[in-house]
Amino acid sequence: MDYTILLLAIPFLMFLIIGLLGYKMTPKFSGLLGSAGLAVVTALAYYTAYRYFLQAAEGAWETITAFNYTWLDLSNANRPDLMIQIGMLLDPISVMMLVVITTVSMMVHIYSMGYMHGEEGFQRYYAVLSLFTFAMLGLVVATNIFQMYIFWELVGVSSFLLISFYFKKPSAVRAAKKAFIVTRFADMFFLIGILILSYYTKTFDFLKLTAVDAETQQATLVFSTMGGKMFMGMSVTSIALLLIFLGGAGKSAMFPFHIWLPDAMEGPTPASALIHAATMVVAGVFLVARLFPVYYFEAPEVLHIIAYIGAFTSLFAAIIACTQTDIKRVLAFSTISQIAYMMVALGVSGYEGHDGLGFTASMWHLFTHAMFKATLFMAAGCIIHAVHSNEMDAMGGLRHHMKKTYYTFAIACFAIAGIFPLSGFFSKDEILVAAFEADKILYWCQTFVAGLTAFYMFRLFFRIFFYDEPNYEHTPHEAPANMWVPLAILSVFTIFSGWFPFSKWISANLIGYEIHTVWPIAIGSTVVALIGIGTAYFLYYKKNDIPDRIANSCKRFYTWASHRFYIDEVYLFITNKIIFGGICAAIAWFDRHIIDGFMDLLGWTTNTVSEETKEIQSGSVQQYAWVFIMGVITIVTLALYL
Amino acid sequence: MDLFSANNIIFFLLATIILVFGFLSVTTTKILRAATYLFFVLFAIAGLYLFLSYEFLAAVQLSVYAGGIVVLFVFAILLVKNLGEETEKVSFQKKLVGGIAAFAGVVVTLITAFNYGFILNETADEAVESVNMQAVGNALMGVEKYQYLLPFEASSILLLACIIGSVVVAQKNKEEKR
Amino acid sequence: MNIPVEYFLVLSTLLFFIGVYGFIVRKNLIGILMSIELVLNAVNINFVVFNRFLFPDKLEGFIYGLFVIIVAAAETAVAIAIIINVYRNMKNIDVNSIKELKN
Repeated sequence: MDYTILLLAIPFLMFLIIGLLGYKMTPKFSGLLGSAGLAVVTALAYYTAYRYFLQAAEGAWETITAFNYTWLDLSNANRPDLMIQIGMLLDPISVMMLVVITTVSMMVHIYSMGYMHGEEGFQRYYAVLSLFTFAMLGLVVATNIFQMYIFWELVGVSSFLLISFYFKKPSAVRAAKKAFIVTRFADMFFLIGILILSYYTKTFDFLKLTAVDAETQQATLVFSTMGGKMFMGMSVTSIALLLIFLGGAGKSAMFPFHIWLPDAMEGPTPASALIHAATMVVAGVFLVARLFPVYYFEAPEVLHIIAYIGAFTSLFAAIIACTQTDIKRVLAFSTISQIAYMMVALGVSGYEGHDGLGFTASMWHLFTHAMFKATLFMAAGCIIHAVHSNEMDAMGGLRHHMKKTYYTFAIACFAIAGIFPLSGFFSKDEILVAAFEADKILYWCQTFVAGLTAFYMFRLFFRIFFYDEPNYEHTPHEAPANMWVPLAILSVFTIFSGWFPFSKWISANLIGYEIHTVWPIAIGSTVVALIGIGTAYFLYYKKNDIPDRIANSCKRFYTWASHRFYIDEVYLFITNKIIFGGICAAIAWFDRHIIDGFMDLLGWTTNTVSEETKEIQSGSVQQYAWVFIMGVITIVTLALYL
Repeated sequence: MDLFSANNIIFFLLATIILVFGFLSVTTTKILRAATYLFFVLFAIAGLYLFLSYEFLAAVQLSVYAGGIVVLFVFAILLVKNLGEETEKVSFQKKLVGGIAAFAGVVVTLITAFNYGFILNETADEAVESVNMQAVGNALMGVEKYQYLLPFEASSILLLACIIGSVVVAQKNKEEKR
Repeated sequence: MNIPVEYFLVLSTLLFFIGVYGFIVRKNLIGILMSIELVLNAVNINFVVFNRFLFPDKLEGFIYGLFVIIVAAAETAVAIAIIINVYRNMKNIDVNSIKELKN
């Protein structure tokens, strides 16, 4: 499968061409060029998926290393495998991610032609979009953890560039900085984790790291090199894997690193749909999935931590989402909540056969979520485009004006709420089954979150499309074709992706198995979702004062939730008051007076010495002659009498 | 040793002239006088060569140095405007510095010279013969051992180069001529 | 000839360092050139004296002195040509003011 290198090469080439020559192109041409390039990549990705899944032989899915170029060779006799490679690893999850990324990216490319029409910096937008696609594809096909880290950072950079696309808006600049710094901070843990892991195992390669011995139930390499080693009372394996998860938590906006994602909505909406809903934010989930055998066999306690952090985050974000009034922020918190769902699924997953349901469900939910959340974001983009505001109060009754958006939004809302037969029903149901089999607390928690999800999504839905119509200055109009067609395509995916035989394709141990719907749980979650929808209907279908009365009855909690539980303020307090004000002041003093002082002393000494000695170079021949003669006399004396 | 033998008187006389006028030629403030004193020094050195029975060398010394170079100096001084009348004051610091260097050199050299113990060739004492001119000619015109045709020819080329070089360097620029 | 060889050496040493002294203290270029002549002559005396006292039957020192005189003459001629050229360009032959090469 040598052609797969084109999957990376074409987006990168597009980035270079549009980035370097974009100023010579018309905006339309650059958009078409980027879309055309991506269309080829999408076609290749689908072809790859087709060949991989549908033409494979029976039995376990093979992992194909399409190519593996040694970039930095650090090996010697003691560590023959320590080298940093850039390559392409094709296995079920990476092939699935290829499809997800290219599909959403393709739709976003087309959609942006309409949404970004007439914006300043159109070409730059497309260049960065191509860069992001390249980086994300490189991330999912990484053959080793270091390559993943490199692309991980590239993804972060392109995210930064897209959030700060409207760099003339101070809030966008702040949001971009926040996103970059928070994820970078988490990535530091990731890097430390990588270093610990590779220090012991002496390799970066995923295939070597995740090699599993079925009989002894161990991840062979990790167990033989790191097993039993302790540091500060914790096993080294656990520390390393926990640190790696923290890196993933930063990108995937898990509590407590979630604060950047809502602010990242300052970027253009299609970019949010691509990066902050469908692809980049699931990188953390993908990372854990990629190293899943290591987690499962060598550090099950870390998986528990992941599950509980996921459960807490999903609940926490869902509660906040119920109180937000900016539609993109509602979607952002919804995204956090849904990604946390995937984390829970990974956290409760087993390894073999039906035990590995959580793994499958997680990846499945990743797929379906990417589709319906991208739909939601793009539909929200259409709405914002029409009413020129992000606030719910400026909307209402839009179903009369924007029929196509209305239908697609409805489909996506039903999907995320988990209503049969849309895709969200299946993937969410499997997560709940996995949670039910592993941990009842998690199950009830996630079921409650499912209800909340249905509630806040339909709150959004009713507020936008029903409710009372405000006085629009301009009557809202339907979005142009290049905006609603991608929406329609994605909603087709949203409807049907639940019927894909995911368990055949994706499983923790690469061997397909059968799943069957567990009806009690399915019916339970559907009922919960319907209760959520009903509540939302009751409260928000028509304008009334019940929501305000409910908010007033638990005013304190509502205020806390609508201020996102003041987590941002806690961060600001820690960074500004404690770190900057306390620790950094001392360091700064030390730096300014001791380090700088020492450097100044060196400079001063050099300066003075040279000031004093520059007289030597006087240009006076006689002075030179004198020095020469005295030197000769000295040397002769020394030679003769010593 | 007879202090007032003819040899001694001649040697000390010549040595005194050389040193006194040498010293004066580097310390006098007027450059034209310095040239004159230099002429005396060179003349006395020619006398020293005669004293050592090297008549040919003495003749060369007189003709080239005293007759050629000193005249060249005088011409140069007179060509350079006002130099003949100018006096130059030397700062004490500079004198001190130069004196230190010279004194140190003298001390080191003399100690070395007196401690060396030269092995004298006794025949020199007995027969002080003037150098045979034919021997000088043979030495300069042969390529055998102890014969110096090659340096002789090299010096002739050197002199030619010097003539051309001096003319070129001292020549006025063509632009200035017009 | 009963004058010890050391006397001649004292004479040449003193003359040599008188020349060195002159080289260091003299201000104008012609003065410096004269000092160089003194140094050369001091060296010449040494050659001749060693030849006479140590190897009276050979001619090395003698010939060498001859060549030194030739070279000194050539050198003086060129140096004076340069000095005149310098004077023409700078209206000055004070060694302290000629520092063009320094930069």
